[in-house]
Amino acid sequence: MASFINELYKYRYLISELVVRDIKKKYRRSVLGVLWSLLNPLLTMIVTAMIFSNLFRFDIANFPLYLLCGQIIVTFYNESTSFAMSSIIENGSLLKKVYIPKYLFPVSRVISSCVNLFFTLPALFLILIVTTMSLPIASFTFIIPLALMFFFCLGVGLILSTIAVYFRDIFHLYGVFLSVLGYATPVFYPESIVPDKYMFIFKINPLYFYLKAFRQSVYEGQLPEFDVLIVCFGIAVASLCVGIYLFKKYHNNFILYI
Amino acid sequence: MDSNTNVIEVENVSMHFNLMEERIDSLKEYIVKFIKGKLLYNDFVALDNITFNVQQKDLLGIVGLNGAGKSTLLKILAGVLSPTTGKVKVNGNMVPLIEVGAGFDPDLTARENIFLNGIILGYRKKFLREHFDEIVDFAELNDFIDVPVKNFSSGMYARLGFSIATVVRPDILIVDEVLSVGDFRFQEKCERRINDMIKDGVTIILVSHDMGMIERLCTKVLWLDHGKMRAYGDKDEICEQYKNS
Repeated sequence: MASFINELYKYRYLISELVVRDIKKKYRRSVLGVLWSLLNPLLTMIVTAMIFSNLFRFDIANFPLYLLCGQIIVTFYNESTSFAMSSIIENGSLLKKVYIPKYLFPVSRVISSCVNLFFTLPALFLILIVTTMSLPIASFTFIIPLALMFFFCLGVGLILSTIAVYFRDIFHLYGVFLSVLGYATPVFYPESIVPDKYMFIFKINPLYFYLKAFRQSVYEGQLPEFDVLIVCFGIAVASLCVGIYLFKKYHNNFILYI
Repeated sequence: MDSNTNVIEVENVSMHFNLMEERIDSLKEYIVKFIKGKLLYNDFVALDNITFNVQQKDLLGIVGLNGAGKSTLLKILAGVLSPTTGKVKVNGNMVPLIEVGAGFDPDLTARENIFLNGIILGYRKKFLREHFDEIVDFAELNDFIDVPVKNFSSGMYARLGFSIATVVRPDILIVDEVLSVGDFRFQEKCERRINDMIKDGVTIILVSHDMGMIERLCTKVLWLDHGKMRAYGDKDEICEQYKNS
């Protein structure tokens, strides 16, 4: 473990350079550049809010904020895990030529999604302040569920990037899985409309817990419940352990398949 | 380090590949084949029991026909592949030039790629900033420094890659056939730089089909033949044998 942290420290420049590259590439040749990170969730939120407050009415107070919280969590998960999934394959030509610890690629991809997420936070707080005219101190505890979710996504990213090396099908399968997951998470509907017999779907959906804790702090302006945070922590540790185990077991053979 | 220390020790290294009859990339194929019991593997021996040492200041040339295992051996030395059996010990920092510009991102400019590739090769950012002009001058790319490298010609690509990789004096430099790119003037420039490195005591491992270059630069030669070590020793002796085979 100590040697691992040493290695991570040694390669910190490479990680930061890879993260900068990802972000630069994402906004290359766009006039507004990094502003899009802010505009994108806002515009999506406005469109979705318009549809759902006119077509299907749910009984949710401050719907824009409720929606934006959900979108941010789901987008972060989708982006970071799909991005990490392709990281090993996309950098195949490099890995074949120079020795670099391979986990740096999924790690840097999850970090760049995280940086992207932070660019969207001003939009969230803007909506929070505009719609409630207040800024509870407790809102700032949002960082706890996000930090836990970072490790959860990292674990999932490691698992997916390992599988993707061996089975390219995962790219197509995962797209379908993500849309199922999106609907199984209460992004634009209230939890209460789900019948009791389907509540188990939330219980097996990791995103549900992260979103719940995130909403408790930002949307309700309270400290996230301790039980929820414990679940979030447990899921993060589990996914990270599985991810590290799988990645470690197979990373030496990657080169033969990419 | 005195000149008798082994910088690289290669001990009984073998490399086996599982060559599947056809590559299976999809889960469906894998399951179908698995059920049918048709997951065929052909064991392919790329390197068979290779043992040799390289001392400091040695200039090792590796010769052999296509498919003899030269590139596989270099990849094992560079740490990209891990051998099936055997041990490799490397003392000192190594810059592999297995393929020039392997770490370039086509969408980024030359300037950005100098930093990215430099850091991949293990240089500090500060160091790269200090030597930035030197790198650009050697590659002769002053006018194109803010152009995305996807618009570069292959010669420009190779010049930039070589220039970044050789800006420091590593302890060990691995060169795989990369000097065959670029025009003759640049090739001469590269050879001069390699000669400077030799004077500084850098250990160099060179793979080339150009026997002239091997004879000009190397002191020792390793001859690989179908994954086996055919001969290892002084340049003149081995080159003579190789040419007569």
